[in-house]
Amino acid sequence: MLETAFKGSRIYWAWVLFLLVIIGIGFIFYLRQFIIGLGVTGMSRDVSWGFYISQFTFLVGIAASGVMVVLPYYLHNYKAFGKITILGEFLAIPAVIMCMLFIFVDLGQPLRVLNVILYPTLNSVMFYDMVVLGGYLFLNVLVGWSALSSERKGIAPPKWLKFFIILSIIWAPSIHTVTAFLYSGLPGKYFWMSALLAAQFLASAFASGPSLLILLALIVRKFTKFDPGQEAIQALGKIVTYFMLTSVFFLGLKLFTSFYSGIPAYSHSIIYLYAGLDDYNKLVPIMWISNILTVIALVLLVIPQLRKNELLLAIASVCVFFALWIDKGFGLIVGGFVPNSFKQITEYWPTLPEMSITLGVWAIGFLILTILYKIAVSIREEIGNVDVHH
Amino acid sequence: MYNGGKIIIGLLIFIGFSTFPFLFTMGKVVPIPELKLDTPEIQKMVDKRCVEPKEYMKTEHMVMLNTWRDAVVRDGARLYKARDGRTYDMSLQNTCMKCHSNKKNFCDQCHNYVAVKPYCWDCHIAPQEGT
Amino acid sequence: MGINRRDFLKIAGISTLASIGGAAGLTLIKSGAIEAAQYIDDPRALKAKRWGIAIDINKFKTPEDYKRVMNACHTIHNVPEINNPKEEIKWIWTESYEHSFSSQEYANPYIQDHLKKKPFLVLCNHCDNPPCVRVCPTKATYKRESDGIVMMDMHRCIGCRFCMAGCPYGARSFNWRDPRPFIKKLNPEFPTRMKGVVEKCTLCYEKLAIGLKPACVEASNGGMYFGDLSDPNSDIRKVLASHYSIRRKAELGTTPCVFYIIGGQ
Ligand code: SF4
Ligand code: SF4
Repeated sequence: MLETAFKGSRIYWAWVLFLLVIIGIGFIFYLRQFIIGLGVTGMSRDVSWGFYISQFTFLVGIAASGVMVVLPYYLHNYKAFGKITILGEFLAIPAVIMCMLFIFVDLGQPLRVLNVILYPTLNSVMFYDMVVLGGYLFLNVLVGWSALSSERKGIAPPKWLKFFIILSIIWAPSIHTVTAFLYSGLPGKYFWMSALLAAQFLASAFASGPSLLILLALIVRKFTKFDPGQEAIQALGKIVTYFMLTSVFFLGLKLFTSFYSGIPAYSHSIIYLYAGLDDYNKLVPIMWISNILTVIALVLLVIPQLRKNELLLAIASVCVFFALWIDKGFGLIVGGFVPNSFKQITEYWPTLPEMSITLGVWAIGFLILTILYKIAVSIREEIGNVDVHH
Repeated sequence: MYNGGKIIIGLLIFIGFSTFPFLFTMGKVVPIPELKLDTPEIQKMVDKRCVEPKEYMKTEHMVMLNTWRDAVVRDGARLYKARDGRTYDMSLQNTCMKCHSNKKNFCDQCHNYVAVKPYCWDCHIAPQEGT
Repeated sequence: MGINRRDFLKIAGISTLASIGGAAGLTLIKSGAIEAAQYIDDPRALKAKRWGIAIDINKFKTPEDYKRVMNACHTIHNVPEINNPKEEIKWIWTESYEHSFSSQEYANPYIQDHLKKKPFLVLCNHCDNPPCVRVCPTKATYKRESDGIVMMDMHRCIGCRFCMAGCPYGARSFNWRDPRPFIKKLNPEFPTRMKGVVEKCTLCYEKLAIGLKPACVEASNGGMYFGDLSDPNSDIRKVLASHYSIRRKAELGTTPCVFYIIGGQ
């Protein structure tokens, strides 16, 4: 099936080339980081995780959100998702790969990464995270690829696949839960130490992932003959709406506990992020951009007439995606480190090399996504875009 | 398996390629670079012996250093009792390099020859020596 | 214990397999015939079930008193002096009362002036229940079961910095770049670190092993007590039993083993 990725229009190749250039730039900066050390980033003794780990966290959510199309389709036989399911599964694959790459570029001694396997440490959440991410990648490759190749041959997918599909549905929430456990069990990190964190992660993931999927579906429909279906896109819109509301609701819960209790340590990070603490306020503008985007998105999503307009839905999806990206792919991690264990403040902002490497990893993800989507779309075009029953 | 045959052939080629350097040199006699043992510390020794016999040190020093490392850092043991009963402080920097203070003519000779680059010296301080 | 060359070769073979087989193989070498019986402890080594340090803050009077202690540690351990606070590396340093004991400070802003203004030495607490050890994915930081020291194996650390996020005391530093150029005078008997690994106080395990007390304790002129917390007759237990002392963030359940003696008899 891979061969279909090598036949494409001019736009396709231009896009691939563009991604390759971004990857190349990122790679050059990574070499620099590899030689000099993580000192090329904006991280510090106090804010010891930054952009990379934030992206990782955000992308685990994107990966997990594939379940939002897989589950209704396979478990509830929701036919409208028949065509879009493969897009969901194929979104999860590059998302997990990006997660792994972001962990890798964050390591101080990347060549020793295998130590995690050589000295398996069962008390470290990182170990489980590696296991669940690896498993999830495997499941999605297996399910997506087998389903698509049987479809191409015009036969029903093999029976055993059902087992792995169900497994992947159960597995999806686990990857984001375990990722939340990386943070929510650390003593003294009050911003993260909340039982709600995993739930918050899942809610925001199930909003940001499907919003990206809506955009991708619209792009696919515009550039190819493959139509994921208007009903599917609208259904995704509803999913985004409900989970965005849940996400905001959870944030409200957290704000209540943190502020009503009056315990200073629980509110410091929040104040730092949204208002600034003792003249330190580098993150305040972007956090407010996130808030404004959230409000716009909710207005567009909650009013059904607006949501039904595909252009407005697309705008709402962009807003949701970036609002949550800022919130989780930036504020969440940095906020946890401010103030530090001595109640002092060191601010963080990513450097140029750090941003280029980050972009490079995203470009790798998009390249894989492009290739996978190209394959899926070509095969759908080949078999005439018919609705196939699994 | 879809395309099963091709995958297996591909794997075979891969294995062939990746083991080529080993298979190629297998059974050949490789001249070993001459190592210098003329440091002041070694010259002072009446009985010129390393921690373990020369042959063992030649082939196994890296294994030994690895186990020393774990013993010292992880198990808190400090002294090594050699086969002939003498004891040594298990320390690359303070024991090995005290005698072999000529890292360039000793360690590096072989390591360069077999193209390995141990990262010991990123942390462990090499002895001072003139170039 | 005689081992001939053939046995050595066998072990070499096993170790080659081990690099493929991973952890299981490594334990094989460790318990393998050559090594196991051949490690012996230095008879001079100081031993305890649970080391602890008590810092008598009343004995630290001048800035010199602090400096002497910090320098003693940092010079023998080749701790680099990086003047950029973002990349700083410190094993033992000072912080104000407010910053070191944040929970106490909330409780009582009217505390005696001499406490409020006094610098406090801070270092790794060698916690009995250390979160840094709990989170490390490679056991690069681990607790020595024999004496409770929380150790760092810089050979194994992958630089994920999970431990830095896990330690609630800010005791850990990361090598954001090669530290060597920032070390003024190398101590040729102790290694440096390389870029990309985490480091912290290791309670001078290398000095304990040859029967010496930690460098900071030695340099403190009696301002710091060092001893076995599990032994009721040790100096440290006696001084703790007779003086009022506090620990940093004990409410987190990490059971820090560094004590600050605040009051007199
Ligand atoms: S003080 Fe920090 S680094 Fe030291 S043992 Fe406790 S948690 Fe670990
Ligand atoms: S940075 Fe090193 S010591 Fe710290 S958790 Fe990671 S591997 Fe363990």
